[in-house]
Amino acid sequence: MPKAFTPKVVTANHLLKGDVIYQTATGWTRDLAEAEVLTDEADADLRLIDAAQQVSLVVGAYLADVDTAGGVPKPTHFREDFRARGPSNYAHGKQEDLSNV
Amino acid sequence: MYKYTDFDAAFIKERNAQFRSQVERRIDGSLTEDEFKPLRLMNGLYLQLHAYMLRVAIPYGTLNGRQMDKLADIADRWDKGYGHFTTRQNIQFNWPELRDIPDMLDALAEVQMHAIQTSGNTIRNVTADHFAGAAADEIADPRPVAELIRQWSTDHPEFQFLPRKFKVAVTGSPNDRAVTKAHDIGLRMLERDGVAGFEVIVGGGLGRTPMIGKVLRDFLPREDLLPYLEAIVSVYNLLGRRDNKYKARIKITVHENGIDDFRARVEERFALIRPQFGGIDQQLLAGIEADFAAPDFKTKPVADFEAAYTNDPVFRSWADTNLTDHRAPGYAIVSISLKAHAATPGDATSAQMRVMADLARDYGHDELRISHEQNVILPHVHKSDLPALHARLKEAQLATANIGLISDIIACPGMDYCALATARSIPIAQEIATRFDDLKLEHDIGPLKIKISGCINACGHHHVGHIGILGLDRAGVENYQITLGGDGSEDATIGERAGPGFSADEIIPAVERIVMAYLELRDAPEETFLETYRRIGLAPFKAALYPEVQADAA
Ligand code: HEM
Ligand code: SF4
Repeated sequence: MPKAFTPKVVTANHLLKGDVIYQTATGWTRDLAEAEVLTDEADADLRLIDAAQQVSLVVGAYLADVDTAGGVPKPTHFREDFRARGPSNYAHGKQEDLSNV
Repeated sequence: MYKYTDFDAAFIKERNAQFRSQVERRIDGSLTEDEFKPLRLMNGLYLQLHAYMLRVAIPYGTLNGRQMDKLADIADRWDKGYGHFTTRQNIQFNWPELRDIPDMLDALAEVQMHAIQTSGNTIRNVTADHFAGAAADEIADPRPVAELIRQWSTDHPEFQFLPRKFKVAVTGSPNDRAVTKAHDIGLRMLERDGVAGFEVIVGGGLGRTPMIGKVLRDFLPREDLLPYLEAIVSVYNLLGRRDNKYKARIKITVHENGIDDFRARVEERFALIRPQFGGIDQQLLAGIEADFAAPDFKTKPVADFEAAYTNDPVFRSWADTNLTDHRAPGYAIVSISLKAHAATPGDATSAQMRVMADLARDYGHDELRISHEQNVILPHVHKSDLPALHARLKEAQLATANIGLISDIIACPGMDYCALATARSIPIAQEIATRFDDLKLEHDIGPLKIKISGCINACGHHHVGHIGILGLDRAGVENYQITLGGDGSEDATIGERAGPGFSADEIIPAVERIVMAYLELRDAPEETFLETYRRIGLAPFKAALYPEVQADAA
């Protein structure tokens, strides 16, 4: 039996800055909470293709699982958690810029 | 130190200009990422978890104060005010932006540094004993040979697309501080019947399939070095597997074909190409050697040192762990620990880099080295200068007295930075160091090397750690596997897996149980952890690590 599709976001690294970004309905954001949550598989595939075509903006787009239980998307895996937040040894990366992580 | 020729300077300048235009074309969209990636990797530029990462070569770990100052300037101007020194005598900048990389490379070129061949399937930065040119046990300084290999391998047209990356390490001492047996090629300088030469070791490597290198030639005369290396790498280039990335390293080539078959092919190729090396390489080497002439060592009394050693216990403790015998009377080799308890192993702030540069100029004949254990060395310091030097290190929080002890941990960047990681390494290193500092046991425990990697690539050398820790992802949770009894010295050994892994919460107590077991089981305080392990084997440590298994069996 095929596995049920779980909610996802499109994520990538920003070409110029190299940092982690997420796709929104209209563009990109640096904040996972603002990402567009994709709940339909065919839709997710299309959004990923759209992202992958934006070669002068993003690098390495892929679909990442999110947990939507609290109303805003949250990482389900610790790797995505670090990507959303930044490294644990310094307050560098996203945690430097975002007050809400 | 080696000084760039006009040729070298022009080469780097042109190469940087080339890369600048490639970056511009990537930004304006004329190059895709697939086209750009191999080009950026050829210039040491990775894209990691949170940012780009620039890996800069510090050939054979040698640099001077001006170069260290420049690294500090780069960290301030284009990064976040620090740099990360690695096990391969590189420095990594973790936060640059793509647009700034060409300027960073130009800044490096001002002090004869670059990032060429710090990535990609090519001959990487040649590493060497970090006490080169200073150690009391040294037969010959390995750096001129390492520099010769660098010149030969840099942009070598035949070796830019090898099956996989290729690492060469050289040591000039019988006590191997360059981990030569865990490299694709390890060279150990020897003298036999008054003739200088090398023992050539091939096919060592860590990563997914760790292997200790095998002796390819027990004695290779010095004049034959480059043709012989060329023969090895070209045989590997032909024979190495390109069908499977995980089987592509020369260790697998040697393993699958057998060392005898591999040797026969190398010798055949060597005989063919030897005549092409008409001696220019030896002339070059002679010129390089002149650049590595030893500094003018002073003769001064060492009374100040002895007084401080007797009267100041803090100084004494530091001197006992962080100094190594120098070959010149009255001198010492100083290891500066980048492993302050709770700090990130291998990181130095720009302010600390500048202090180290100043200390090298003031007391160390303007020489610095980076060790594969992620520390910084001042190779030539007169003992009478040590008290003053120590005071300045203290001020800069660089006086941690823990070289070779349990908190002197090698840790790869792990999942805090690295895109390939499966778990974090840095917090584990920080917690182990803090825990044993709290217990005040570190000096009682004595020499003990803990090495941590955040994935099976083994950048943190965990296989050759006395205690090795490998971070894995077990069903979406960080899990840490322990190996014991590894050794990166001339007696190189791959550690044995102790058993099932531990969660992030369990790993520090697990390490503590191993260490407590050692303290109980050692013959005498002089018996090191590794000696105890070799005497009694894995079983008693396993019992300490998994007490519940013992209880079940009882
Ligand atoms: C964060 C960026 C890094 C990346 C992407 C990276 C990538 C890799 C990869 C893919 C391998 C496995 C190669 C193979 O066995 O075929 C490897 C091995 C290795 N890396 Fe790294 N590495 C990184 C950082 C480091 C750092 C910071 C160090 C030093 C602390 C280091 C030192 C080594 C060493 C010594 C090996 C040993 C395995 C061997 O070649 O035998 N690397 N690395
Ligand atoms: S061992 Fe793995 S996690 Fe650590 S730096 Fe190397 S590739 Fe990254």
